[in-house]
Amino acid sequence: MSATATRGDHAVPPETWIGRLRGRMEETLPYDKLLPERQPSYVASWIYVFGVLTLAALAMIIASGVVLSLQGPAWYHLSSTGLFVNSLHFWSVQLFFMFMTIHLIGKFWMAAWRGNRAKTWISGVLCFLVAIGAGLTGYVLQTNFDSQWIAFEAKDGLNAVGVGAWFNVADLGQMMLMHVFLLPAVIAVLVVIHVLLVRVHGVVPPLDAARVDEIRAGSASDGGAR
Amino acid sequence: MSTSTQRDLERSHWSGPTRRYDIVKEGVIATVVVAVLVVILAMVFSSPDDPSLTFRGWAKDMPDDLYVTTVAELAGTSESATYGPPYNDGGDGQVLGPIMLQKWVGVHQPIDPANDFVITPLSTQEQPADVASALGDWTGASADQQAAWATAYDTALNDPAGADGDATKVPDGDYGPVPTLATGLVAMAASGALDGVLPSAGDFYTTNTTKQIMFFGDGGYLDAAGTANNLQGNTWGMMNETGNFPGQQWLAPFSLWYNLPFFNSEAESGFSATATANGDIYIMAIITVMVLLLLFLPFIPGLRAIPRLIPVHRLIWRQYYRSRAR
Repeated sequence: MSATATRGDHAVPPETWIGRLRGRMEETLPYDKLLPERQPSYVASWIYVFGVLTLAALAMIIASGVVLSLQGPAWYHLSSTGLFVNSLHFWSVQLFFMFMTIHLIGKFWMAAWRGNRAKTWISGVLCFLVAIGAGLTGYVLQTNFDSQWIAFEAKDGLNAVGVGAWFNVADLGQMMLMHVFLLPAVIAVLVVIHVLLVRVHGVVPPLDAARVDEIRAGSASDGGAR
Repeated sequence: MSTSTQRDLERSHWSGPTRRYDIVKEGVIATVVVAVLVVILAMVFSSPDDPSLTFRGWAKDMPDDLYVTTVAELAGTSESATYGPPYNDGGDGQVLGPIMLQKWVGVHQPIDPANDFVITPLSTQEQPADVASALGDWTGASADQQAAWATAYDTALNDPAGADGDATKVPDGDYGPVPTLATGLVAMAASGALDGVLPSAGDFYTTNTTKQIMFFGDGGYLDAAGTANNLQGNTWGMMNETGNFPGQQWLAPFSLWYNLPFFNSEAESGFSATATANGDIYIMAIITVMVLLLLFLPFIPGLRAIPRLIPVHRLIWRQYYRSRAR
């Protein structure tokens, strides 16, 4: 649908802020670009699966985390069901980081920042960095021996750079708020931005794609000459 | 030829051959696969949950260590007392040349170890007569007198040629109420009362566990448990978990630096000694540079050319290259 409205016989651009915003959105990311049914033929490698797998693991983290939050932090120490849900959360996190690391390494070797895609790369790296913070707050939230140890050890690095008072790994209450709300919210926003940027710019073409096409065109014309 | 054509190709909407690709279907399948995998992993391996350490456990398992640590808290020689910001003014914190972030930020989580770890907890409970009397002596004395008693006892108790940590071998001296206070706190910890009192003496609510963590870290109990579980920073502990569970594996580039001899020097002077003493800020500075390089890699000449120079992409897009070559 066009962002313009009709007045009489003339198409006029929207005059309201919301109309302009809609116009901009429709122009930048029309539905067929947001939810395409076809992809360039080069999108044919197992490496492309790891972005989706990362999102799937994130969904599992959120689902298991919601159940844990409904029951409270002591649940998994006392109940076998709680321990199982905690285990779901734990292994989802392990898979999430594994998939995300493979995705990141894959994108590096594809030089996926080419063609105005630097913002996509940066938003992805930011996701990774904030996820490390979310992981750390989760580890100190286990309320077991490991969290005591991590809190004691991790505080020194954070204090050394002057952020220890506001990101105090030894403060259980502060860590709980960050882990359950603040950091997941930041990750959610970053993931949405990252995915939308991927859709806006499309999947980066292969390195040397133009050269391959030229060689192909050259071969075709040579063949034609013979 | 190719360079500008390639750039145009990368920036414009792809007009070459396409293939059907149902990303929603792929997402659903991926979610099901990951869910099944996670359930299997959780059922087979469970998750780590070693019980937290307690002051009661410390008093039962290593009473002498708790006693020595309590004396150090009163004397102001413990790690907490000499830590500096954000807890107190007992030191300047770590420095990187002229950069003193810890000191510049200042005290924001005030901790006074002698009072917060020893005197206040003892004061919140009904104590035996000798401990109650010692408390009265301590609180009635001047700060200089308190320091003189505690320092004299701390020095005598830790004299390697003398008592060397054994309270029964400390020579007679003017130690005031310090030995009785330390004995009283160990007894209180052994009863389990200290675990409840330390986080919030006199308050109903408590969410801040900083004081307990700091007190634990001053002694040998937490450290011994960390060593037993291979959790020390210089043995890749940052990436480990209790038992055989994977820890924060993604911290490998961070953990690496803590395992280098340069940051584990036993030298008493020189650059390596300075780097070891200020290891956290040095390593955080290195990590900051690494993060910035990763974040802005698309703009860094040389680094951004690596994927072109080492053609792993030929493997990733082998199907495309092969089909286009035909």
